[in-house]
Amino acid sequence: MKDKILLAHGSGGKLAHELVEKNFLKALANPLLAKLDDSAVFDFSGRLAFTTDSYVVSPIFFPGGDIGKLAVYGTVNDLAMSGAKPLYLSLSFIIEEGLPQSELSQVVDSVQKAAQEAGVEIVTGDTKVVHRGSADKLFINTAGVGIIPEGVDISGSNARPGDKVILSGTIGDHGIAVLSQREGLSFSTRLESDCAPLGSLVAEMLAASPNIHCLRDPTRGGLATSLNELAKQSKVGIKIEEERIPVREEVLGACEMLGFDPLYVANEGKLVAIVAAEDNDKVLEAMRGNHYGKGAAIIGEVRAEHPGRVVMKTCLGASRIVDMLVGDLLPRIC
Amino acid sequence: MCLAIPALIKLVEDKEAEAEIGGITRRISLWLTPEAKVGDYVLVHTGYAINILDEEEAEETLNLLQEIAELAEE
Amino acid sequence: MKFITEFRRSELAEGLISQIHRKSKTQARLMEFCGGHTVTIFRYGIRQVLPKTIEMVSGPGCPICVTANADLDKAIALTQIPDVIIATFGDMLKVPGSYSSLQEVKADGADVRMVYSTMDALNLAEENPAKSVVFLGIGFETTAPTIAASILQAEEEGIKNYYVLSMHKLCPPVIQAILDSGEVKLHGMICPGHVSAIIGSHPWEFIARDYGIPCVVSGFEPIDVLQCIDMLVAQIENGEAKVEIAYRRGVRPEGNQQALKLMGQVFEPCPAQWRGMGEVPDSGLKLSKEYQHFDAELVFDIDPGPTYEPKGCICGDILRGVKTPLDCTLFGKACTPEYPVGPCMVSSEGSCAAYYLYGEGFEG
Repeated sequence: MKDKILLAHGSGGKLAHELVEKNFLKALANPLLAKLDDSAVFDFSGRLAFTTDSYVVSPIFFPGGDIGKLAVYGTVNDLAMSGAKPLYLSLSFIIEEGLPQSELSQVVDSVQKAAQEAGVEIVTGDTKVVHRGSADKLFINTAGVGIIPEGVDISGSNARPGDKVILSGTIGDHGIAVLSQREGLSFSTRLESDCAPLGSLVAEMLAASPNIHCLRDPTRGGLATSLNELAKQSKVGIKIEEERIPVREEVLGACEMLGFDPLYVANEGKLVAIVAAEDNDKVLEAMRGNHYGKGAAIIGEVRAEHPGRVVMKTCLGASRIVDMLVGDLLPRIC
Repeated sequence: MCLAIPALIKLVEDKEAEAEIGGITRRISLWLTPEAKVGDYVLVHTGYAINILDEEEAEETLNLLQEIAELAEE
Repeated sequence: MKFITEFRRSELAEGLISQIHRKSKTQARLMEFCGGHTVTIFRYGIRQVLPKTIEMVSGPGCPICVTANADLDKAIALTQIPDVIIATFGDMLKVPGSYSSLQEVKADGADVRMVYSTMDALNLAEENPAKSVVFLGIGFETTAPTIAASILQAEEEGIKNYYVLSMHKLCPPVIQAILDSGEVKLHGMICPGHVSAIIGSHPWEFIARDYGIPCVVSGFEPIDVLQCIDMLVAQIENGEAKVEIAYRRGVRPEGNQQALKLMGQVFEPCPAQWRGMGEVPDSGLKLSKEYQHFDAELVFDIDPGPTYEPKGCICGDILRGVKTPLDCTLFGKACTPEYPVGPCMVSSEGSCAAYYLYGEGFEG
């Protein structure tokens, strides 16, 4: 095989078939995919959760992961946030011509490992190759389906005054890990992306309590944006305490250097849960018992005051508003 | 204005240094603090060390503030 | 983290807050000149924990906010010159000029690169020998020496395609202009910590000596600002007016002599346009004769077009401490962080951004 992806690899002809067989089929082997029909066909019963996402992260390889791992876990997590058990994913690649084959193979390898870890199958896919300059190396689009167990009703509008807010671990790891690779900001760190599948964590939380009202994974926009979304959807106020929010030293260091607030930095392996007060200890314990929730902490509570707004108690005991992210996170000198 | 943060100098190479802030390492310039050496804490602003931090003064300030805090509790 | 976490300890804050409440009897208006202090004050809710005797007002110490539209327009005009790469600090990207912003022209295809340091800009120049890299020099005395160093380094290393558009400004002259205008009566000045790390504490003496206003140089952690306010209150209650340094770990009275030397070598004072204040003599920096070949204004043919100020924007009054963002008819309506009209809303340390983002007046 040639060592770079060419336009011909996306044209549906021999080269395209070769690419699918040698790259995708082999790595992602499963009965549904192997059929190579135009659509994957399967039975299900119960309520279906359905999600879609596109991944355009740059650079495509970063400490702790790559765009493939991100695509699988990101989709799986969206399903998990509805309380669903993730089942099947679709995967579409838009490849910029000239991408080295070895890089594509590396990404597909990551996809395979991630799918295995998350317990899902990639059952259908598509490949397109575009002219140089029309895509930034590689874009991935996914869709995912999962089944929501009987009796589970999780939604951003279910938060009630008195509920507790639980965060599954440290914030800001992913955003800072990716940023450390960007041109013009060169700093080095041992920090890795926290990219992780949260399906099993959510399943264990649901087993511990039926009173989980909301789940959200704070990706772009960070914890602050997710909390604001929940406050607005549920028409409640949320108060959090700065001193209770777990942040790694490296993330704090990078944020101090660049002038960021960790509350706005992206995460890819964390969730925030809003849980009825009487069950918060049980849920916390269940979370801490799972590999992906061992750093879980109660960071605040839901109240009736200031509906739609998120407020934070600072280390001085004073309160200030925490708004959604505005525009892009930009490093500052001032 | 002027975001400047304390970083520890780990390595000096001519007019540059490797400095660490809470686990993050970054190459910085010592053009403004040529006397800085390994083990010094410096204030880093836009990649330049603008001053060497005085650890003794920091200790003294913290001790003073601790006294004030204890007085307040009485 | 050393030198940071210790200065955020809540028990130290409680002690200082308690002392300030005990000692402060006289009504006093304190100005924090520096935008970085504005951010600390709002981010930690410092105003909420102070006694009613103390009123805080923000000054024009945000270099982004005080950059006049005319200067911004020059920077934007430079992006239109072929084979020019503009290297800039992130703060500048979103600020609206008369017609556009760096972010907008970048989206239209102009080569604008965000950098954290002039060191990165010098690397850009080395990596792109066929292009000219123009660095947008913004900032006060904390930042100007770093740009001076970059110019000297470029000279030393024979980098011939690196230029600077100097929009640097100096603090003491503009503080004097504010005090001379008599528009706002101050009883204490929170002096900028990192500017002082460079220039020392002596340049503030005229404030205490000629205007009778107590001055304390403060660091940027919440404990630092509280300690500074505590020291100002002590002076006010004792009827004193002198310059003190609270930020003793970072500031020496004589400043950083090496930084001052490099700054003096590369730059010389010149008149500068301050938004909302017009021209203030000797308050800006331009490249000295010996380094003119680095001066983007002289080397390139810049045609920014006529300057246009947005109607209704009172950033100027806010910067002089005469009005607050709540007095502006555009605040929170036509002017928000998503759709800013003036720089005080765009800059991360502008008053308007602080009021909007941290919910000034919010009781939670």
